[in-house]
Amino acid sequence: MKKKTNESIKSKYLLMFVMAVCVVLIFLTFTTDLESGPLKQVAQTVITPVQNGFNRVGSWILDKGVYFQDSATIYEENQILKEKVSELTAENTQLLQNQDELERLRDLYDLDRQYQDYPKIGARIIAKGSGNWFNLFTINKGSDDGIQVDNNVIADGGLVGIVTEVGKNWATVRAICDDYSNVSAMVSTTSDICIVSGNLTLLDEGKLEMSKLIDSENKVSVGAKVVTSHVSEKYLPGILIGYISDISSDSNQLTKSGYITPVVDFKHLQEVLVITKLKETGNSQLEETQNETATPDETAGSESEGTEE
Amino acid sequence: MKRKVTVVLLIFFGFILQTTIFRQFAIASIAPNLLLILTVSFGFMRGKREGLWIGFLCGLFMDLSMGELMGINSLIYACIGYVNGFCYHIFYDEDIRMPIVCVAASDLAYGAASYAFLFLLRGRLDILYYLRRIIIPEMLYTLMITILLYRLLYRVNKWLEKTE
Repeated sequence: MKKKTNESIKSKYLLMFVMAVCVVLIFLTFTTDLESGPLKQVAQTVITPVQNGFNRVGSWILDKGVYFQDSATIYEENQILKEKVSELTAENTQLLQNQDELERLRDLYDLDRQYQDYPKIGARIIAKGSGNWFNLFTINKGSDDGIQVDNNVIADGGLVGIVTEVGKNWATVRAICDDYSNVSAMVSTTSDICIVSGNLTLLDEGKLEMSKLIDSENKVSVGAKVVTSHVSEKYLPGILIGYISDISSDSNQLTKSGYITPVVDFKHLQEVLVITKLKETGNSQLEETQNETATPDETAGSESEGTEE
Repeated sequence: MKRKVTVVLLIFFGFILQTTIFRQFAIASIAPNLLLILTVSFGFMRGKREGLWIGFLCGLFMDLSMGELMGINSLIYACIGYVNGFCYHIFYDEDIRMPIVCVAASDLAYGAASYAFLFLLRGRLDILYYLRRIIIPEMLYTLMITILLYRLLYRVNKWLEKTE
């Protein structure tokens, strides 16, 4: 009996010890930048190839499931798609003409075309975050392929998220529909700035929250296009996020808020494109620290730099 | 030694499955919590101490892939493993009812703790929504998997005990 109590006291101490270790870990990650610690680097480098394999198996099974779907629905779908194809072909020829015209006009105006020219790299999603609370995923490319932390990730022509951590052959991406995500955005027609954030309560609607929209002229309406803003610290400007689906005035009558339907289908995402170019704010900050005295000049300089690009 | 290697392998593959295949087969965006099943099962099959360690390891894996706050899942899982260790002497046979009750209670506790630490503290107050949409569906899905998986874990444990 005595031995047994001894044993349980021992395990109590053990519990306290483990809890203390955890609490210290929490504080360390909360206060310092320990996130991509060596442990994580090693673990993920080992885990990534295995996840890659298992993910392929899962995709294969899913594909087979689709393959054996009811043929009637596929037939129906085929009919609809055929119609769609002819419709789109017509539209496409029209657009090609427009494109030519646009190109000529662009040459005329000598507009920059930086948004199309970002260096991009394709990557496959190999794993999703282990819990149901977050919208993180791991991709199969890392620093070996030139991916850095804070690189923007796009798919379907819209913004998917941002790289939060990078290893040799993997990177973690936080989707913009994640509860922790906040993106500085703007309405493309009026250039009004707003904040787009994810919210887990909008999981079923598949929408994003929009807040702090300053629309003094009352010009923004439902259906307006929302893109990443020029003032964002981490997001490159002009990447499409989605379209406003709902808008209303806040109680302070100064700002508006609402919901955005994203162009990206987050539930069926398999491949993404990573833009391997960082937004250039870090450099100007460096310059700022170098000649702190000339702050007014500096801000003017960085502004003109911004418009040039 | 053999036991340790087996358990670590189980946790490793549990984690891999949880982040890949089970995520792809998520029902309404909800995936089951395999590592919780491992923690709970070994907690009451092996006692407090092993439950604690296995829980800690499982939580560490969760932290590695979520990375919001390192250590938060380790803490929750270690506590869950430890508490389930109290059931060590009460029941331990092939009866499936008890593990189901334990897993259900543990998953609810896990959901509540996650919500409290990661959402409530940031002012997300709509607890009923999170309960209805995330916590309870996750629990039900995890229970389904428990029914399939528990026998296997029980056999593995029996085999380990026999060879020891």
